[in-house]
Amino acid sequence: MIHIDDYASIVGQSTIEDLKLLAERLKGKIIQHINSTSVGGGVAEILNRMVPLLGELGVDCRWDLIKGGAQFFEVTKKFHNALHGHPEEITDHDLEIFMETTEINLGLMNLYGDIVFIHDPQPIGLVKKKTDKKWLWRCHIDVSHPNKKVWDFLMSFIPSYDSAVFSAPIFSQRLPIRQFLISPSIDPLSDKNKELPQETIDAALEKYSIVKDKPIITQISRFDRLKDPVGVIAAYLQVKKYIDCQLILAGGTATDDPEGTQVLAEVQEKAKKDPDIHVLLLPQDDILVNALQRASDVIIQKSLKEGFGLTVAEALWKAKPVVASHVGGISLQVKHKYSGLLCHSIEGAAFAIKQLLNSPEYAKKLGENGREHIKNNFLLTRHLREYMLLFLSLYHPEDIVYL
Amino acid sequence: MTEPIKAKEPFRFFTRMHLSELLGIRAANLGQLLECIKEVPGSCIYHHTHRFLQQHQYLSPEPPNDFAYWIREVLGEDELGERLASIDTVQYQTIRSLREKIIETIESYLKNDPKANLRFAREDEEFHFIKSVSFIVPTNYTVTDLEEFADALQKVTIDSIYFHIFEARLRLEKGANDFSNWLETSLEDKELAAKIARLDPYTYTLDNLRKTVLKIVKKKLTARS
Repeated sequence: MIHIDDYASIVGQSTIEDLKLLAERLKGKIIQHINSTSVGGGVAEILNRMVPLLGELGVDCRWDLIKGGAQFFEVTKKFHNALHGHPEEITDHDLEIFMETTEINLGLMNLYGDIVFIHDPQPIGLVKKKTDKKWLWRCHIDVSHPNKKVWDFLMSFIPSYDSAVFSAPIFSQRLPIRQFLISPSIDPLSDKNKELPQETIDAALEKYSIVKDKPIITQISRFDRLKDPVGVIAAYLQVKKYIDCQLILAGGTATDDPEGTQVLAEVQEKAKKDPDIHVLLLPQDDILVNALQRASDVIIQKSLKEGFGLTVAEALWKAKPVVASHVGGISLQVKHKYSGLLCHSIEGAAFAIKQLLNSPEYAKKLGENGREHIKNNFLLTRHLREYMLLFLSLYHPEDIVYL
Repeated sequence: MTEPIKAKEPFRFFTRMHLSELLGIRAANLGQLLECIKEVPGSCIYHHTHRFLQQHQYLSPEPPNDFAYWIREVLGEDELGERLASIDTVQYQTIRSLREKIIETIESYLKNDPKANLRFAREDEEFHFIKSVSFIVPTNYTVTDLEEFADALQKVTIDSIYFHIFEARLRLEKGANDFSNWLETSLEDKELAAKIARLDPYTYTLDNLRKTVLKIVKKKLTARS
């Protein structure tokens, strides 16, 4: 069991004291988080860490899930893709399915929070039941170029909230409510990010027959078209012409993503001719992910769209050189040529990977800078602080707040 | 060993934490940027001229304000970027006067080179305006003499240092930083107050600023004993 004071060794005792000062000011308030899945994906991962830590700080924080059937999650997946600007035909029937599930959840759910904190579009309609309590909508996805029909539909709910939260400035829209910028974070003490003994790393490689004498390029991501796993294979093949290397494409699937199996099959088909491509459908095993990241020479995140891209922060925290697409929140984490390399295409990704594999000193420096940047801006303690400030902002509309 | 000189009033360390509030306003070229800079709230000018201090506490390649960075990196106007980056922020007592200087710098550049207004950012590289919402919280550190002050200075967060040096002076318009104010009025040490007030805090990382102030204070303590 990890405790809030355990983070002092990384961020300093005074940072933890500041968190306690804020928590005192939220005594008596109940925060109710609501989303659609408790496993898989960044939202569930963050809430799994954040809810107990806020509790330990003395903030009464709880977490509930909406219920939905396969049809509902197919629609919300279409919403997700469409909000990311992917062409999707959204029919009126889709909207009806969404509203039917929303109505069922409105009937089933007890909305008891003094602050009801809704995550992503799936539970957005619960705001219909808003009373005099405070409601927040947290958008974790890249809505810089949203499909108009879906965005207009969401806009039938958003103005009822007190505030909205986005992960990057480019996602902000003109809204009639306050909107805040809060980036997600990684937990440096979690199984996914903590230091590992070399034996654990070696065991992970051995388990999947990955050799240590060839450079390893890795993308850790759900099998999702927006993560462009097929594009990663194409980039790897361009590198492979010059450098004998291996590629790991590893990830799980989220329970609210019905498309994952199909994408995995496509990737396996593309990879089957090359024994140096390791396509790994991982169980929920964070130590294993950690080990694969630490064993890698270059981490790639070639997403076409990205809500934030926590895998980039994870890699940088391990001081790994990163090649990542210039999309969504990734550009907040990677400053090109300073804390990693950004790319816009398969060719650009391949070129950057070659650069890093051929210049290990340069790669090392980028990784070290990246770790420092993550330490200062993307660890869980910063996220805890900003969420508590967000809760307090609901009761303080001014720009300078004396607590 | 001499007895420490007690202050007339104790000094309470505060800390400042902030949230970034998105305004949903964006600019694609210099003209749009200029118009927005004229209209956005002071908290927004404050954010874009001070964000770097807290986000890049270590040695960073970013120039000290977001306007300069965007103009240089996205619009490719190196000269204007440099002029904005080198505005001597410490000379300005209010956000209002800092804003006027930024406006004047961009206007004069555009007057000399109107074509600069024809450069547009790609849609995903537009400038997004954000304002800073500050939450000011008293910490548990209260000091009554210089020794206690030095001790607390080592323990408080860099957010606290930031608050007393930057925010108090410019955003809360107190004229000088809080440390110098207290040293001068409560400890009646004008010399020490002036030494700290003379620092240009914008050219230090926050950790180095802490170390520098601490060094000045410790030197005084050593001289006294």
